[in-house]
Amino acid sequence: MSGEAMNLTLRVWRQDDAEDAGRFETYNAPDISPDMSFLEMLDVVNEGIIADGGEPIAFDSDCREGICGTCSMVINGVAHGGQQGTTACQLHMRHFRDGDTITIEPWRATAFPVHRDLIVDRTSFERIQQAGGFISVRTGSVPDANATPVPKEDSDLAMDAAQCIGCGACVAACKNASAMLFVAAKVSHLSLMPQGQPERERRALAMVQQMDEEGFGNCTVTGSCEAVCPKEISLDFIARMNREYGRAILKSGCN
Amino acid sequence: MAAKKKTTAAKAKAAKKTTTRKTAPRAAKKVSQKKVPFKLDSGIPAGAMDEKWDKHRFNLKLVNPANKRKYEVIVVGSGLAGASAAATLAELGYNVKCFCYQDSPRRAHSIAAQGGINAAKNYQNDGDSVYRLFYDTVKGGDYRSREANVYRLAQVSVDIIDQCAAQGVPFAREYGGLLANRSFGGAQVSRTFYARGQTGQQLLLGAYSSLNRQIGLGKVKMYPRTEMLDVVLVEGHAKGIVVRDMVTGKISNHSAHAVVLATGGYGNVFFLSTNAMGCNVTAAYRAYKRGAAFANPCFTQIHPTCIPVSGEHQSKLTLMSESLRNDGRVWVPKDKKIAAKIRSGELNPKDIADKDRDYFLERKYPSFGNLVPRDVASRNAKEVCDEGRGVVPSGLGVYLDFADAIKRMGENTVRERYGNLFDMYEKITGSNAYKNPMTIYPAVHYTMGGLWVDYNLMSNLPGLFAIGEANFSDHGANRLGASALMQGLADGYFVLPYTIGQYLANVGIDDRPNQDDPAFSAVQQEVETRINNLLSINGDRTPTSFHRELGKIIWDNCGMSRNKKGLEEAIQIIPKLRKEFWQNLSVPGENASLNQSLEHAGRVADFLEFGELMCRDALQREESCGGHFREEHQTPEGEAKRNDAKFSFVGAWEYQGENKTPKLHKETLAYEEVKMTQRSYK
Repeated sequence: MSGEAMNLTLRVWRQDDAEDAGRFETYNAPDISPDMSFLEMLDVVNEGIIADGGEPIAFDSDCREGICGTCSMVINGVAHGGQQGTTACQLHMRHFRDGDTITIEPWRATAFPVHRDLIVDRTSFERIQQAGGFISVRTGSVPDANATPVPKEDSDLAMDAAQCIGCGACVAACKNASAMLFVAAKVSHLSLMPQGQPERERRALAMVQQMDEEGFGNCTVTGSCEAVCPKEISLDFIARMNREYGRAILKSGCN
Repeated sequence: MAAKKKTTAAKAKAAKKTTTRKTAPRAAKKVSQKKVPFKLDSGIPAGAMDEKWDKHRFNLKLVNPANKRKYEVIVVGSGLAGASAAATLAELGYNVKCFCYQDSPRRAHSIAAQGGINAAKNYQNDGDSVYRLFYDTVKGGDYRSREANVYRLAQVSVDIIDQCAAQGVPFAREYGGLLANRSFGGAQVSRTFYARGQTGQQLLLGAYSSLNRQIGLGKVKMYPRTEMLDVVLVEGHAKGIVVRDMVTGKISNHSAHAVVLATGGYGNVFFLSTNAMGCNVTAAYRAYKRGAAFANPCFTQIHPTCIPVSGEHQSKLTLMSESLRNDGRVWVPKDKKIAAKIRSGELNPKDIADKDRDYFLERKYPSFGNLVPRDVASRNAKEVCDEGRGVVPSGLGVYLDFADAIKRMGENTVRERYGNLFDMYEKITGSNAYKNPMTIYPAVHYTMGGLWVDYNLMSNLPGLFAIGEANFSDHGANRLGASALMQGLADGYFVLPYTIGQYLANVGIDDRPNQDDPAFSAVQQEVETRINNLLSINGDRTPTSFHRELGKIIWDNCGMSRNKKGLEEAIQIIPKLRKEFWQNLSVPGENASLNQSLEHAGRVADFLEFGELMCRDALQREESCGGHFREEHQTPEGEAKRNDAKFSFVGAWEYQGENKTPKLHKETLAYEEVKMTQRSYK
């Protein structure tokens, strides 16, 4: 499984806080095992930085198994590093070569201000979900789960959308910093389920409105979001959301 | 939208006004050292097992609907238990403050649970029932859980599925549109509901959506990237917490009528575990240091199907869902010489004829085969590797082979069932499991121990509740697969929201101290001092290096199998490591900024104390049960040998002060319904 250790050069974005202008700094990453994950490589580099009296590179990660959506970095110009359907934490060093120079940057978007180094503030995503990303049910006031059959095709398609991990790579990859894929995933998931029907229009309108208020850009359907999405969420869902939104506008009387 | 926001803000303001006015007299009180005397009263209701919960709910005091908005509840943690509790409490009308260290409540580690959630729906008509789920859970826990709690868990399990389906959770379905089930490790009925291999994610996103709705309505105030560093007691009651804003470093305190800890497990004491990087014991351990009993800390679960360690750089371990054992077959070569050749790369698994393979779980446990409970599967994997029959370079790994499953049902069906797991496996190892068998090895996964709680899920400190993995009550010495999600949601949706009412109704609306109460500033001062201490040591070793060293001590001496000598040694070594930590730690940077080294250092400091407590608990428990395997206590066949006469109790530890031996209290476990037997999966 294991191969030869590699020596790499890292160009890493360092920024003290949201006010700081930020700059690239260069680090050596010697003796890197191809079995390491990308973040484990950064861990090793950070231990070295601390030993040299510096401050380690701040980056977000938590589950390190590709599901929590915490890790967020642009590697060599591509959100999550360019391996199809893979978060940065699941990217392994066997995909790099000895002598490579790797550039690492945070997500860059107006709606995602930098907290520090590679860590950004994604609470704009939270506010979009709070605006309508739910079905209004009170605990306990629900029918038996099998009282509402859901066609398997619908449920499977809803699951394709619901897999979104909310990492924000779609925004980072988009030249307009649009959050359409993220919002479309939730709007589609819930509008495909029978339980989501009563609030279907209200949800689409509220989430889109909040998305616009947060300063995300518009969608010009370049598909860069789909290309970097670690859950490979399809662009089709954006088309679906556009239909949902149009439908909602018509039903609500063009307000 | 704007108008709505205003109304909510106005409401919140009004509510605040009310509380301030009513609680003003409290501010005059001195820091009270008055303690509630230590006692463990499980408060299990009398009566028949199947009527206890019903009767208890009737007997619980209710808070008048109009008064609920005058109460404030703090929920720490936003995983399945925390998010479901926060949302449900807010729906009931309480004001909730919810805290999480992640940047969003959606990222709590419940998200990583793969396989599924159990519920006694009996949709498969295969003989399941509340009683059977209860029985399986008590037996699976090796008779070290509290019967009444487990029965209630099984009862409310059916409501959870209804709740989640109504939230729009896209569960797996059959072509008729009804919910699909699968069987899961340790169970002989199909009672596990799932959403591909991402059940935890979908259930958490369901709870998160309910939480978001309440945040939007202004009933929950969410504090992401905020870490709880201590609990504040006023006259012995938990009335608030001290937190650190992880972006600015600001330390602040929050007061409430009650505090709910939904802070997960302590698996990261082992350094390597399947827990997320940030999972920690700090909230629970701080509560322990303030007087909450810590129950059964030595009960940890080692999950059999994880990806083996690849090297010293390893930062965490990755679990492959246990559902893989439904179709995968676990084996190693019969001959250790062949195993050695596999390790050196001279032989491939495919070169090994069937007659030279040892499908050791099928051989030893013919009726359960590869589906034996986790502790049994893990221990057997360790055993064959200890015999020199491991198949990965480190020697610590066995095969999980899908060749037969692919032959039987085709690659497409296998892909449909496990595709995402196979993909994940390939990403990490670079190996294609459709073509070559997976390699797996046990890893720390879940902790059954936790804060001691009574039937109401309240700790021995009044006003302090613990739910989900953070408490100890439902899984005994071993948790069954697909039961963690069930328990988290049971506690959060259907148990705590009722039981907390009893406490709140008893203490009344006025029992919320003003934050000017000197108890708050005193605790905050302690927290600040501690942080300054961590920053001012200026030694040579990073928090990670201490954490890794501690983890190795715990894994070697208090891991999959334990013995007296090892545990005694660990109890000697850990304080030395702790001493070195406080003399030679290096934390760069300052408090007043985002400082991940500082966050880690604080957590490691608590692990360094907690690890010793774990070893003490493992040492006192002179028996083997579930995940706690004491080498001195095994049957001739090498199975765990319980000692019911002496150890049929919950071991609850009371903190006695710095560098003092904690005191063990025992809650006797009485089994009315389930007859205690030697677990057998033969």
